[in-house]
Amino acid sequence: MATASAITAEREHYLNADYGFRSWLLTTDHKRIALLYLITITFFFFVGGFFALLIRLELLTPQGDLVQADTYNKLFSMHGQVMIFFFLLPAVPAVLGNFLVPMMIGAKDLAFPRINLLSWYLFIIGGGLMLYTMLTGGVDTGWTFYVPLSTAYLGTHVVLAAVSIFIAGFSSILTGLNFIVTIHRMRAPGMTWGRMPLFLWSNYATSIIQVLGTPVLAITLALVGLERMFHLGVFNPQLGGDPLLFQHLFWFYSHPAVYIMILPGMGVVSEIIPCFSRKRVFGYEFVALASIGIAVLGFLVWAHHMFVAGISVYSAMVFSFFSYLVAVPSAIKVFNWTATMYKGKIYYSTPMLYAMGFIGLFTMGGMTGLFLASLGVDVHVTDTYFIVAHFHYIMVGGMVMAYLAGMHFWWPKITGRMYPESWGKLAAMTIFIGFNLTFFPQFILGWTGMPRRYHAYTPEFQVLNVLSTAGSTVLAVGYLLPMVYFLWSLRYGKEAGDNPWGAAGLEWKTASPPPTYNFEETPVVTWEAYNYDDLPKEVPVVG
Amino acid sequence: MSDSSEALATHELRHHFENMEQQRGASSMGMWVFLITEIMFFGGMFMAYLAYRYEYFLAWQEGSQHMNFWIGTVNTAVLICSSLTMVLAVLAIQQGRRRLTSIMLAVTICFAIAFMVLKGMEYHEHWLAHEFPGPAFHFAGIDPRHVEMFFVLYFVMTGFHALHVLIGIGLVSTMLYMNERGHFSADYHNPIENTGLYWHFVDLIWIYLYPLLYLIGHHHVG
Repeated sequence: MATASAITAEREHYLNADYGFRSWLLTTDHKRIALLYLITITFFFFVGGFFALLIRLELLTPQGDLVQADTYNKLFSMHGQVMIFFFLLPAVPAVLGNFLVPMMIGAKDLAFPRINLLSWYLFIIGGGLMLYTMLTGGVDTGWTFYVPLSTAYLGTHVVLAAVSIFIAGFSSILTGLNFIVTIHRMRAPGMTWGRMPLFLWSNYATSIIQVLGTPVLAITLALVGLERMFHLGVFNPQLGGDPLLFQHLFWFYSHPAVYIMILPGMGVVSEIIPCFSRKRVFGYEFVALASIGIAVLGFLVWAHHMFVAGISVYSAMVFSFFSYLVAVPSAIKVFNWTATMYKGKIYYSTPMLYAMGFIGLFTMGGMTGLFLASLGVDVHVTDTYFIVAHFHYIMVGGMVMAYLAGMHFWWPKITGRMYPESWGKLAAMTIFIGFNLTFFPQFILGWTGMPRRYHAYTPEFQVLNVLSTAGSTVLAVGYLLPMVYFLWSLRYGKEAGDNPWGAAGLEWKTASPPPTYNFEETPVVTWEAYNYDDLPKEVPVVG
Repeated sequence: MSDSSEALATHELRHHFENMEQQRGASSMGMWVFLITEIMFFGGMFMAYLAYRYEYFLAWQEGSQHMNFWIGTVNTAVLICSSLTMVLAVLAIQQGRRRLTSIMLAVTICFAIAFMVLKGMEYHEHWLAHEFPGPAFHFAGIDPRHVEMFFVLYFVMTGFHALHVLIGIGLVSTMLYMNERGHFSADYHNPIENTGLYWHFVDLIWIYLYPLLYLIGHHHVG
């Protein structure tokens, strides 16, 4: 950061307004907090990725030769917990959302800047506890903490991991609370709800889920902790409890949490597609309301994780129906993005490549989700690699692609520098190929019966597993590339200018990097969102 | 608005808001959203209570007969009174009567402490009667295992509620301190209003806990 600001020192902006550790660790500037989050979650991304690589290495051969079964259990548990709670959930909202939400509505900051800093500190405390958990032996409950396994049988750091996620959960709640109030109360004059960028709509929907869902996870984990530490029976059948109640409460949060992970990504894509198609987004109102629709429906489908857990057939049918219904708002979005591209002047620049990758992979993940919403098929593939492939298509193929799309799109705004375009394209293609090579074989593995969460398997599955492991190394290289050239660009990147993409949106109307209070004076909005008809047809940097 | 209060108002306006009205709207909305998260937090426990009440009805009935009806009832009255004094504190500061505000806040704190003392006595009584779940739990009647679960939920729900009462005492005390230092006026008193919202929420949770735990299924009261 310091190097970038040294070169552009003539103008004061949020990066060079103040120097030193104190100015970062006690900052209440949403842009600086976004960067703190960026550094933190990047760290956790590579920690979680490291676990993933070990998992894939173990599965290279059918025998359990690299690690023992109980180590393997820890590997996939820690991979899940780190990736979900310390990377995917905060990725787009806490980094890009923090940076962009105030700028997109023309505000100086979020409504509660100090609470915003507090939420980063909570995240650090939770993350620190998670690291401590890992270093002292880890946890092997899976990311799901199912009882009575977690409360009565395992000798690992279940309580520690639960406390860590409990605390990180409050960080997520506070971010959501901040966004809701900011979007309601801090919009610049003329920035009506109907003129808000879709990124804000999707982050608003995400925040609703964070605020309504996360507290339920918190109390559930608290009860698990109490049951484990003091033998207070709540869920364990030996103590009179009902494990199904745990699953209901857990999935009441954890299914909507999937939408916390994907909705902000949809918001990113909704910004990038119109920009590089040079067209207003098709069906703005539908895309906006589809976000809200997904948030609402997302709360009505949780028991589809429990179809084989022994719930009533009739309630299973209702949950199956609602699970199918989620496909409607999701499909609305996909159709509208493709309709936006139709007859547009398309630029295949790096953010656009990622965004297009997102559409394809998200569609695959979504369509296979329909298999799983069907009661009969779900019984066949429950706890197989089909599930693993399905949710990785959504979370990695969807969310991580969207996150990287957004990072490339807004990197010039965040740092004032361009990344090298050809390296960007190369990384996007590498990631796309590596991802499909890793996870597509897992659909076939699961369909033909390979169960998840085992460290050994029968030899007939080896060919596909070798393909998958090979893919994961390609994917790892793909993820390292942006890491390298983003850092490189801080010193050597071209000056970006205020609006290198010729993009609509208030954040592009201020300098790059923006001044501390974002705008020299409060903007007044008199135009509709995505007014690309009024903007030049060429993208300045690429065209 | 007098000159001095205007100066105070600009002093209290944080840099990122356009005006006091926007700041006030944001902070009050923030509190409401926070209370929604609190409702969801307690909602998980209410859900567990309802599910098990449905499954183990007899044990639940048995459990609620071991509640101390009178302490529970008096505590309900104490909390309702504390909500009244809290409202009066907000009303007083809206009219700029700082002295009365301080008195009302102090009375609210007294009620809250009274609630905690009574709650502690009640817990102590359960402890002596071996009704605290865990190894020392002893119950001679029907279905002791699920009666124990009733007590688990009783202690968890009232325990988390008591924790909120404690936090409330801290908040109201802070308001009292700030008011004595002259921070608030008829034009700027948003923190007291928000504390009031929080306090009413704590009260409201109890209003649901009281009938669920003490009243339904209770037959011994003449």
